Amino acid sequence: MTRPLLAGATSIVGIGQTEFSKEAGRSETQLASEAIVSALADAGIPTGEVDGLVSYTIDPVEETELVRSIGTDRIRFSSRVPYGGGGSQGVLLHAAAAVASGVADVVVAYRAVKARSGQRFGRAAMGGRATSSHSGSTAMQWCAPYGVMTPASWISLNATRYMHVYGVTSEDFGRAVVQLRSYAATNPNAHFFGRPITLNDHQESRWIAEPAIRLFDCCQETDGAVAVVVTRKDRAQDSRQPVTIEAAAGAAIFEEEIASNHYRPELAVMEGSVALASLLFEGFGVSRGDIDVAMIYDAFTPILLMQLEGLGFCGPGEAKGFVADGNLGPGGSLPTNTNGGLIGEGYIHGLNLTTEAVRQLRGTSVNQIDGASTVLVSASRTGVILRQS
Amino acid sequence: MSDPIRPAPIITEDNEEFWSAAADGILVAQRCGSCGNLRHPPRPMCPLCHSIEHDTVELSGNGIVYSYSILHYPQFPMFNYPIVAVLVDLDEGVRLLSELNDVNHDDVRIGLPVKVRFEDTCDGMEVPVFVRRGGS
Repeated sequence: MTRPLLAGATSIVGIGQTEFSKEAGRSETQLASEAIVSALADAGIPTGEVDGLVSYTIDPVEETELVRSIGTDRIRFSSRVPYGGGGSQGVLLHAAAAVASGVADVVVAYRAVKARSGQRFGRAAMGGRATSSHSGSTAMQWCAPYGVMTPASWISLNATRYMHVYGVTSEDFGRAVVQLRSYAATNPNAHFFGRPITLNDHQESRWIAEPAIRLFDCCQETDGAVAVVVTRKDRAQDSRQPVTIEAAAGAAIFEEEIASNHYRPELAVMEGSVALASLLFEGFGVSRGDIDVAMIYDAFTPILLMQLEGLGFCGPGEAKGFVADGNLGPGGSLPTNTNGGLIGEGYIHGLNLTTEAVRQLRGTSVNQIDGASTVLVSASRTGVILRQS
Repeated sequence: MSDPIRPAPIITEDNEEFWSAAADGILVAQRCGSCGNLRHPPRPMCPLCHSIEHDTVELSGNGIVYSYSILHYPQFPMFNYPIVAVLVDLDEGVRLLSELNDVNHDDVRIGLPVKVRFEDTCDGMEVPVFVRRGGS
C-alpha cells in the first residue's frame, strides 16, 4: 500500500468539552458552542480562523446556527460522518483529509448531545422512518416489528454469537468493566467518579439483553459536548500542546448497517475492525507494538473485546484471557480507556475517547500512563493513531 | 387490559413485496432475474450482476437459530417481555431477523431448528416469527 498523503501531516491542537451530566439544561447548540470556544482557546487560535466544521449525521446542531453563535467569518469545508458511534473517529479522518489537501486550514470536529435529558439513546424512537436519517432508520424496518429497537439489542445478537463461538461468558465481560470502572473512579469528569465495582457487582446488575449485556455493560446516556481542533502540522507548532495525527482511516463493509451488522456470514468476528486495523497499521506503516495506550469504543462491553481481537492485539477468542491477565490496566501491555471509557466516563459519541487520547499524549490524563507517546483510538470501523509531536 | 400488539412494519418501495407477502402468510426472498442470486434484505439492484430485474420466491420457512438475545429492558408498551430476538439462517441460505415464540428460555440455543409462523400487527398486517421445529 502507498502511504496516504495525510500521514502525519496534521495535528490536533486543541480540545474542549462541557461538563458531562444527565441534564445539561441548555440547548445542544449552546453545548457545542461552549466546547468549541474552549477547544479554540486551548489551541490559541482565534475563532475567525476556523474555516472547517465536521460532525455526525445524527448530531442535532445545525452548522448555520453554530456559526451564528461562535462567529466564524467563512466556512470553506463542512461534512458529516454517518455510521453512528462506529463512525465517531471519522470526523478526524475528514478533518485531516480536508487540512492535508489544503481545502481548509483550521477544522473543528464537534459533537453535542442530550442523550439522557433529550431523546434517550437507549430508547430508540418508536416506529422509525422509512427514509434514511443516516442514524440506522433504514435497518429499523427489519427490527421494529420485533421490538429490536435499541443499540443494546442490535449489538447483543452479534455478542451472543461471539460468546457461543469462543466460549466467552458474562464474567469475562465483567472483568473488563471492573477495570473501566476503576479508571472512572479516579476521573472527576466521569459519571462513575468515586464508584468502582467488583466482578460480583457486575454479575448482580440486571440483564438488559441476555446472555450478553447486563446493565453495567452499557455505556452512559450523557448530556454534553466535545470539540477537537485540527490544523496543519507546520502551523501546529504555534500551539501549546499539539499532537500529530499519524494515521486516520475508516472502513465500511458490504452488508453492514449504520448501527447494526446482522447479515455478514460470520458475526463472531468484527470485520470492520479487521479492515480498520489493516488500513491503520499496514496502510500507515505503524506497528501494533508501538501503541502505548488504546482508546476503544465501548458502547457495550462485548464490542470492546471483539475489537481487541479484530484489531489484532490478540487472536480470535483470546480477548477474555487478555483482559483477565490485566492487560487493560495501568500496568498492562495495553492500558485501555483510561478515562473509564464510554461505560465509565460517559458517552459523547466516542469523541470523548479522542480527547483522552490527546491528554495521554500531553501527559495530563488523571490516569496518566508513563511513556505514552503513541495512542490508538478505535471506534471499530473508524480510527486514528495519534503521536506526540 | 388488552394484550400488547406489535407495530406494523415500515413499508418502503424496496421492501413492499416482502411485507405484502407476509401479510398473506407467505415468507419470500428476492431472486435476481438475471443471475438467480437469492437475497435478503431486499434491494433494488443485484449486487453481483447489477440487474434490476427480480422476482420473489416462497421460502420453506425452515431454518436454524444463528444467534439470539433475550431482551429484558427497556420495555416498549406494544410487546410482551422478555422478547427472544433471533437471527435465523433459513434453509435457502438467507438470514432473517425475527423472534422466537412459545419457547422455554432455557431451551433457546444457537443451532436450534425453527419454522416460521405469522403473527398479527397493528393495522391488519402480519409478520413472520419463529417457533421450534419438529422434536427439537
